[in-house]
Amino acid sequence: MQQDRIRNFSIIAHIDHGKSTLADRILELTETVSGREMREQLLDSMELERERGITIKAQAVRVLWKGHQLNLIDTPGHVDFTYEVSRSLQACEGAVLVVDAAQGVEAQTVANAYLAIENDLELLPVVNKIDLPQADPEGTARELADLIGGDPADVVRISAKTGQSVAEVLDAVVERIPPPAGDHEAPPRALIFDSSYDQYRGVVAFVRVVDGVFRTRERLQAMAQGTRFEAEELGFFSPTMRASGTLEAGEVGYVITGLKDVSRLRVGDTLTSVERPAIQALPGYKDVKPMVFAGLFPTDSDDYPDLRDALERLKLNDAALVYEPETSQALGFGFRCGFLGLLHMEIVRERLEREFDLDLLVTAPNVAYRVLTKDGQEVEVHNPAEMPAEIERVEEPYIRASIIVPKEYVGPVMELCTERRGRFDHMEYLSEERAVLIYELPLSEVVVDFYDQLKSRTRGYASFDYDVIGFREGDLVRLDVLIAGESVDALSLILHRDSAYGRGRALVDKLREEIPRQLFDVPVQAAIGSRVVARETIKAKRKDVLAKCYGGDITRKRKLLERQKAGKRRMKQVGAVEVPQEAFLAVLNLEGSK
Amino acid sequence: MTAAVRHLYIHLPFCSSRCGYCDFVTVVGRRGEHDRYVDALLAELELERDSLAPRLETIFLGGGTPTFTKPAALRRALRGLPLADEVTVEANPETVTPELARLLMEEGVTRMSLGAQSFQPRLLSVLERHAGPNDVRRAFYHLRDAGFDNISLDLIYGIPGQRPSDLETDIDEALALGPEHLSCYELEAKPGTRFTHAHGEELDRQAEALEDYFERVVDRLTAAGYRWYETANFCRTGEAAGARDLRSRHNVAYWLGRDYVGLGIGAVSTVAGRRRRNTPRLAAYLETLEAGTMPPREIEDLAADTRLREKVMLGLRLDEPFQLEEADGVVDRTALGRLEDLGLLIWRAGEDGEEDLVLTHRGRLLGGGVTAELLV
Repeated sequence: MQQDRIRNFSIIAHIDHGKSTLADRILELTETVSGREMREQLLDSMELERERGITIKAQAVRVLWKGHQLNLIDTPGHVDFTYEVSRSLQACEGAVLVVDAAQGVEAQTVANAYLAIENDLELLPVVNKIDLPQADPEGTARELADLIGGDPADVVRISAKTGQSVAEVLDAVVERIPPPAGDHEAPPRALIFDSSYDQYRGVVAFVRVVDGVFRTRERLQAMAQGTRFEAEELGFFSPTMRASGTLEAGEVGYVITGLKDVSRLRVGDTLTSVERPAIQALPGYKDVKPMVFAGLFPTDSDDYPDLRDALERLKLNDAALVYEPETSQALGFGFRCGFLGLLHMEIVRERLEREFDLDLLVTAPNVAYRVLTKDGQEVEVHNPAEMPAEIERVEEPYIRASIIVPKEYVGPVMELCTERRGRFDHMEYLSEERAVLIYELPLSEVVVDFYDQLKSRTRGYASFDYDVIGFREGDLVRLDVLIAGESVDALSLILHRDSAYGRGRALVDKLREEIPRQLFDVPVQAAIGSRVVARETIKAKRKDVLAKCYGGDITRKRKLLERQKAGKRRMKQVGAVEVPQEAFLAVLNLEGSK
Repeated sequence: MTAAVRHLYIHLPFCSSRCGYCDFVTVVGRRGEHDRYVDALLAELELERDSLAPRLETIFLGGGTPTFTKPAALRRALRGLPLADEVTVEANPETVTPELARLLMEEGVTRMSLGAQSFQPRLLSVLERHAGPNDVRRAFYHLRDAGFDNISLDLIYGIPGQRPSDLETDIDEALALGPEHLSCYELEAKPGTRFTHAHGEELDRQAEALEDYFERVVDRLTAAGYRWYETANFCRTGEAAGARDLRSRHNVAYWLGRDYVGLGIGAVSTVAGRRRRNTPRLAAYLETLEAGTMPPREIEDLAADTRLREKVMLGLRLDEPFQLEEADGVVDRTALGRLEDLGLLIWRAGEDGEEDLVLTHRGRLLGGGVTAELLV
């Protein structure tokens, strides 16, 4: 199709502001699906996404509207996938920015709007849910116009639920979003903005063709990674897969690659032809690195091979997930996994537990640290237990957080951010009622319990989004927990020096409660290097005998002893000390909740 | 043909009432059945005669309250028993009259075990015991008057409401009587007893204080010249003992893992690797023996390593060295070293390569945990 007849756009919105409902209405209105085929929220295909109201994997659907080909590119809905969102946006010329008329502008709306503006997208503001009794379409339209610097009169007011004014949105897409402007004759170039894995067909890449024409059976190459393959099939979704033979400049579609490993085709890379290669890749490719790490251990050590298989299978569909085997003396065999962020971690954990029926023990999450050792080596540390002893300098990842709250909660939010070593950047009022606070925070302070605290201190009103802005030096120390002089690897933490005493005290107190008394005194210590910051002693038992034992009691007493013995076997051994697994759980829960 | 058994236990289950903390097989009242029961006992003895040595080392009559059995029936039971070096009878203080004491002495009883439990009316009533402190003393004197020179007193500590000073008083009172032997038990709240139902929470609360009580009992009695020869048992030693070994020979046989035959309802025997428990039901016991057949029994075959484990569990209750060769394969040698480092036991090797181990004082206080640690 001629490029001036093509429009590529995304819908961006905060969770639950109606993105999926609007997408569904568009599919109905354009007769891409019949009402009977219509399934609520068609684009969200995974069970988990449907339940959580978020979208992990982007897809693109082609619809026809008044002689135009519209490609609706779905974007992932959460902070952890900012990079994927930005790639999806780069595949578009415009975006429909949807805001709930009852909720107003939220942090994610702002973050995504800025992301769209950075990508030079034409923004088309829409206020949704105007049918709700508590809706404030005019106030919301003003907020939205303020945010993107437009006129409230240009804001389209709709109800995606009832279908009211959805046609106006499509008309506006055709009128206001510019057509693609690639070079049809140039060597082919396409941006990979998402990929997924099909067990029969291998990796499926979702692409936006920028220049030239791609053809089925053509030899293709990913320019950054150098991966080569034959395009087994080209096509588009409408809404199911339709092979098309070619994909031309301006169009959006899929490429079936036959590759068996998603990591060989990364989002952001540029596809070109092997025969007629483009010289210059499209801008913006980034190798996304995991920022949050946690140890995953099967509760039952017999499940280790199952966990390994499950991770392998998840990895097929999730190039961002990384893992390597980890052995902990306390928790046994498991994996240290890297995630893009907290939500990504939660999703992986839930999928492991739900789809693979695994019972997992997850250590407190930590971030990636960049460490300069005394002998001048630079290392990246993903596990507190691996933090070198002799450290010159440690850097930790920082984020820029935007938090939107009703003004009466500005105080509590500032307090929370200060507690978490936040640096206040600035604050703006979105309206008379609501403000956006911009803070710079260490990511490590956010990975543990920040979101829950934010919600509980603002009665659920705050919304939160962040971007990783780089690494900064911090006064960080490794806190070790020693039981009877033995360091317990799974309980080591990296934290700011100022909180080491308090956390150490809390850890030691908890362990003293949880570890049963032994045949000898057991000192429990929290230490930074050789300096003990907190100490408790679990006093030895003074008596452990069965009161009487005569001829008639022997069997019963023996069984008691066997039970005592079996109980010991279930314990984890730290040096000579038997520690029940529950004690580790209690401490990990403590770490997970500050 | 296995070696003849030299230790016999006789269960006399009758009691005037059941104490709240008791979980033994007991039968309240039923005075009409005493003679029938003794007949059944003697019938069971006949059936077991072949496994017993012609002359026994020990017989122990326990209960229930053996001395609650009607005197004539009790006398018949005692007369029907084989000869033995040590014959012990358990008694409750309120049942001991001068006549009964004489009867026991006449019928060859050599040792008496008197269930004193406490000397304080308040605590005795918590235990639902009928005897008062004066009954205990009176019973003790009746036994002495009848000529008994080997009397044991049972004490219980950890009674709900017992203060440290109460325990001291009980020990003082017991020592004042000068018994040859003392058994001191921590009160066990056994599941399902009326007592646990009523006092379980209180017992949980005082669990920590009880550690103190155990040490106090051991310290006081050893200071008074008693030998702490088993976890819960003490006997006079040295001059005061007149060169006699005043340990309970019968119970020592259990702790050394010897075979024994038990007769009566609920009685347990261990013979040649097989443990059996008679039915606890009086009617079934009487009827089968009256029909000339063995009473219903639960059988437990003890695997070789189970027997060894029991040997360790029981042997470590004693103050004498445990020969390691008797527990070949069931003792974890790394644990031995670890426990020795902790000062809980002494592990010795003789020149002939024989090894033994002795628990230290603290090791004995922690004997259960040490045993659990030692067994593989």
